Amino acid sequence: MPKPVFNEERCKGCELCTAVCPKKIVVIANRFNSKGYKPATCSDDAKCIGCALCAKACPDVVIEIHK
Amino acid sequence: MAEKLFSRPQSLKDVAFHYCPGCHHGIIHRLVAEVIDELDVRDKTIGVAPVGCSVLAYEYFNCDMFEAAHGRAPAVATGIKRSQPDTVVFTYQGDGDLAAIGCAEIVHAAARGEKITTIFVNNAIYGMTGGQMAPTSLIEQVTNTSPYGRNADSAGMPIRMSEMLATLDGASFIARVAVNNPANMAKAKAAIKKAFEIQINGHGFSMVEILSTCPTNWGMSPLEAAAWLEQKMIPYYPLGQFKAPEGVAK
Amino acid sequence: MAEKILMKGNEAIGEAAIVAGCRRYFGYPITPQTELTEYMAKRMPQVGGVFLQAESEVAAINMVYGAAGTGVRVMTSSSSPGISLKQEGISYIAGAELPCVIVNIMRGGPGLGGIQPGQADYFQATKGGGHGDYRNIVLAPNSVQEIVDMTIQAFDLADQYRNPVMLLGDGALGQMMEPVEFKATDTVPSIKAWAANGMRGRTQPNIINSLHLQPEKLEQHNIHLQQKYAAIQKNETRWEELYTEDADLILVAYGITSRIARSAMEKARSESYKVGLIRPQTLWPFPAAPFAKYAKTAKAFLAVELSAGQMVEDVRLAVNGVRPVAFYGRTGGMIPSPKAVYEQIVKTLKERGGN
Repeated sequence: MPKPVFNEERCKGCELCTAVCPKKIVVIANRFNSKGYKPATCSDDAKCIGCALCAKACPDVVIEIHK
Repeated sequence: MAEKLFSRPQSLKDVAFHYCPGCHHGIIHRLVAEVIDELDVRDKTIGVAPVGCSVLAYEYFNCDMFEAAHGRAPAVATGIKRSQPDTVVFTYQGDGDLAAIGCAEIVHAAARGEKITTIFVNNAIYGMTGGQMAPTSLIEQVTNTSPYGRNADSAGMPIRMSEMLATLDGASFIARVAVNNPANMAKAKAAIKKAFEIQINGHGFSMVEILSTCPTNWGMSPLEAAAWLEQKMIPYYPLGQFKAPEGVAK
Repeated sequence: MAEKILMKGNEAIGEAAIVAGCRRYFGYPITPQTELTEYMAKRMPQVGGVFLQAESEVAAINMVYGAAGTGVRVMTSSSSPGISLKQEGISYIAGAELPCVIVNIMRGGPGLGGIQPGQADYFQATKGGGHGDYRNIVLAPNSVQEIVDMTIQAFDLADQYRNPVMLLGDGALGQMMEPVEFKATDTVPSIKAWAANGMRGRTQPNIINSLHLQPEKLEQHNIHLQQKYAAIQKNETRWEELYTEDADLILVAYGITSRIARSAMEKARSESYKVGLIRPQTLWPFPAAPFAKYAKTAKAFLAVELSAGQMVEDVRLAVNGVRPVAFYGRTGGMIPSPKAVYEQIVKTLKERGGN
């Protein structure tokens, strides 16, 4: 099962990843990282199809897709 | 360790970018690094960083790097390539760096057919100094030095660098792309790869102009900025391949 | 090449650079140094080197930055207005600590000035020229043979100290023809582990850079540069002196002017005036030591320059008020005759010689 893995500390909460996810499972978490940004996260790993669009849209290379 | 379907390319150091949230520089850095990895040329690649927001690019690319004076990256790259002809040399420049202060250097590097690749990031504004008018700012675009909107009578029309450089015989490959959506990102990466391949294959100058957002200085959210790029920039700066050697597909 | 051949100053610089192992030249034509650019255009392809006529002096010096950063020996050349254009690049080269040789065959200024010889770029060459706290090593030959020797030495000094070296001549030296000999250099090329020439198996990238955004780091970098400059001052200061031991008046002149001063000195000696000459061969570092020494024995100094008075300021600093320092200069491309300098000698001795 593919799974997006977020390096939350590097996330700046820009939301670009949330707009490209075909399954709409990449969302902004309701918490802050140590830089004060609300980081992106996956609301439902089970629905991930491993398309990596979120990772490709991320300007901060926050997201890896694990198999 | 889990097998990874997508991860950071080796040609990009594992450090945090200083760029603002949503700035496209990070995406473009990653695409260039992926191309360097895929072509397996990191060991002989030398990059030249500009002055502007991407001044610290030498901290991010995991290959030999130079930091150039404002606008002079194509001249620095010329000196590098003429001294180390077996290397792969690229410049990474913004619109102020390339289209204003460095206009002479880019034109003549292209005219000479220097075997270098230029990554030209056009976000229609000066980012690092905090949002002043660029040579590529659009008509009516409000910036800190065009507070009433860019006026053609006074500031002239925005420069289309790709079209201009494509007129030069020394330019082998010129393309304009964008990274505002997944489809455009895929095309952008393909163009960057082509540009590097053209250098490696011994053709002349290659440049990829990449339309990019500057949410902070445009005064928009990153998503609004991506939409503004689509609605305002692409109509004035059409995407496409303006020049390619014979045999290189569109 | 042991036998002497007759060569023009500008061309001798080019051949000496090639003897020194320079295989990269980037330049832009400007009078009165164009023969050097043309010589390199002819010779570089013959020795497998690179000659590139840049679109501007600005581009040329940045090509030098790129080439030097990859570890090769590289040179550019120009004349006064063109050297002004290079100042931005020279500051970056100094900041990034890159070795290179920059030739300035000076003409009269300011602005476009003229095309006749001048020495009015002394301040620019020795005090920085571009922005920031930095120094060029500045060599000042006064014959075509010395042009050859100093050009070769310039490349060695540049590599040794990772610093730009400027060969400062003038239009007269550049155009002058004299017999020269090219002595084979026994210098072993430096290993430049810092060069950014592609990683080629290295594990860490090399970065050529002059940017240090953290004040602590930039200050450390400046302290390092100043320590290097102090070492250069200690090790590389050079001058020539003639008849200084018993001199009442010591002339100070460099480059073409030192030859005129020497003729004037010889005439004065034949008239029983006790006149000597100090000829700085390095303008930076400036040879302060002989001035401190002879300030105790000589009665006055007379600086002669093709300027309105630039090097004379360093002479005054070195003499430090102990003795009067007079000045005689011509500008605009005018060159004083030995007779005119002789008259200044007599006048200075009369006014300030204490007799």
